[in-house]
Amino acid sequence: MAEVLVLVEHADGEPKKVTAELLTLARTLGEPSAVFLGGPGTYAKAKEYLAQYGAAKVYVGESDDLADYVVAPAAEVLAKLIASASPVAVLTAATPDARETAARAAAKSDSGFLWDAVGLTPELVATQGIFGGSTIVQSHVTKGIPVIAVRPNSTAAEAAPGTPTEEQLTIEVSDVAKTAKIVDRVVEAKSGRPDLTEAQIVVSGGRGLGAGENFALVEKLADSLGAAVGASRAATDAGWYPHQNQVGQTGKTVSPQLYVAVGISGAIQHRAGMQTSKTIVAINKDPEAPIFELADFGLVGDLFQVVPQLTDEVEKRK
Amino acid sequence: MNIVVTVKQVPDTWAEKKLDASDRTTDRKSVDNVMNEMDEYGVEEALRIKEAHGGEVTVVTMGPQKAVETIRKALSMGADKAVHLTDDALHGSDALQTSKALAKVIATLSPDLVITATEASDARGGVMGALLAERLGLPQLTLARKVTVDPAAGTVQIERQADNGYALVEASLPAVVGVVEKINEPRYPSFKGIMAAKKKPLTTLGVGEAGLDASEVGLASAGSKVDDAEPRPPRQSGTIVKDEGDGGAKIAEFLATQKLI
Ligand SMILES: Cc1cc2nc3c(=O)[nH]c(=O)nc-3n(C[C@H](O)[C@H](O)[C@H](O)COP(=O)(O)OP(=O)(O)OC[C@H]3O[C@@H](n4cnc5c(N)ncnc54)[C@H](O)[C@@H]3O)c2cc1C
Ligand SMILES: Nc1ncnc2c1ncn2[C@@H]1O[C@H](COP(=O)(O)O)[C@@H](O)[C@H]1O
Repeated sequence: MAEVLVLVEHADGEPKKVTAELLTLARTLGEPSAVFLGGPGTYAKAKEYLAQYGAAKVYVGESDDLADYVVAPAAEVLAKLIASASPVAVLTAATPDARETAARAAAKSDSGFLWDAVGLTPELVATQGIFGGSTIVQSHVTKGIPVIAVRPNSTAAEAAPGTPTEEQLTIEVSDVAKTAKIVDRVVEAKSGRPDLTEAQIVVSGGRGLGAGENFALVEKLADSLGAAVGASRAATDAGWYPHQNQVGQTGKTVSPQLYVAVGISGAIQHRAGMQTSKTIVAINKDPEAPIFELADFGLVGDLFQVVPQLTDEVEKRK
Repeated sequence: MNIVVTVKQVPDTWAEKKLDASDRTTDRKSVDNVMNEMDEYGVEEALRIKEAHGGEVTVVTMGPQKAVETIRKALSMGADKAVHLTDDALHGSDALQTSKALAKVIATLSPDLVITATEASDARGGVMGALLAERLGLPQLTLARKVTVDPAAGTVQIERQADNGYALVEASLPAVVGVVEKINEPRYPSFKGIMAAKKKPLTTLGVGEAGLDASEVGLASAGSKVDDAEPRPPRQSGTIVKDEGDGGAKIAEFLATQKLI
């Protein structure tokens, strides 16, 4: 069967959920080969998971060069693999690092590159939402080996346990790929909540919260739902919530089963990051707020009354 | 410091964006066009680096004739000169072709620093910084929320935004830096700036003059093709309820019927 390369999305070896989604999608196109690229000793943490989600083969690349420099080494290794394996397609997550890696690998292999795919047919026709999701296009790669970056949460992951064969890659990276050196990694926030782009439920807060400490209301609701916490730019700009949690055109794009907007007006730049959510709930005291145009369920009211009550109700129903 | 900053003209954020019905490229004719908002942050960062260390800022744009309005805006913010790559043959170029064309132009300017923004609001590719680094063989310092240049040492350091914090990344100059919008607060062009912009040098290049072959750019040789485009089906209009003291409970009920809790 035709080989499909899947670039494993992971944090220090811990696979991200989108990896399972990519493997599931790859199985509809051919036989998935996972490509694991990371620092020495990191693959052990991903091995089991990749087998569980149906990788037929795993290319294992572990090297300090892959961990210590920005994107270029991974792109080089991926491009070499594209040339030697000659797969029918290459799938990566549409996350910042992976899409940069995919783009550079596509440039090196003179292949076409599509990003933000939310669906893919066996004929490799991709569905994408463009212009902030307002237009749906079908497109396909016309040149080389299709390299396609897929949005997290666009396929439901299904397990398909197996025993993949493993091939160790010899990592030799050129000097020109080792010029942007990562000298330190600083962790600023680790909430224990799900990743924003991967979460099934996202609860976001905006300027309506009035102050940073009031984000506690949003967090409590999020925790009762097992959700990730997002924020509008007004909230991140005010320093009420970390920038990494911003949803929108210049923040994260999310596509969860449920998006709850609390005290967010629904500016076009905010919508661009959340309007493909399956179900949208909005809480806003202004009945004219544009967010209500998107809402499946909109509640016109004071968030300080509504949100605590909602949290209690969710807890009660558990 | 010889700084190049890339800017792109895009359909206005508030405009209803469409694809051209004939060739399914972005319709840039029937809408108002503006400088990509994110690029204002790139221009601002370039100006700040110049103000701190001296040098010159050159704006580079690839786009139709009227993208010159966006160039003017960058010049009126304070950039010194501009190169406009414009040619009918470029119409419909994809990100990979655009990076090739821009790299060709940028290479002739021998910059110490190339600054891009992270994303353009029309394509939302978010890959141009990475691709320019690839094409130019320069260090990739993208997703920068802070940039520190040391011209004497010939180095540049950035904070690269990550999911749970940031990575500190270092490189030697020349380098490509991609900035996120968190990095600064762009200035508004002053009246004096707007007047001065009209007299600043602008070089206009066609494909041939830029040393590009018309066969490597444009729709015909793009690496991907749009087969079909349709407006997203409008969302089913939802239920809007006014809070009567039981709003939280009402939402919970709705979530339960949707099997979301
Ligand atoms: C280049 C650029 C990029 C941008 N990128 C993004 C982005 O990525 N993400 C993003 O979100 N924005 C982005 N923006 C900003 C965007 O235009 C809006 O300014 C922003 O989304 C507004 O945030 P908000 O909805 O929280 O605030 P506001 O628009 O001020 O809305 C607050 C809402 O809270 C409601 N409210 C107030 N008090 C209460 C209460 N007690 N109970 C209930 N409701 C209440 C109000 O009725 C109002 O509707 C960008 C802008 C630019 C120029
Ligand atoms: N045609 C272009 N001309 C100049 N700069 C561009 C062009 N296209 C993209 N860029 C730059 O690359 C960034 C990212 O664009 P994109 O990858 O299209 O989202 C933009 O913010 C610009 O700085």
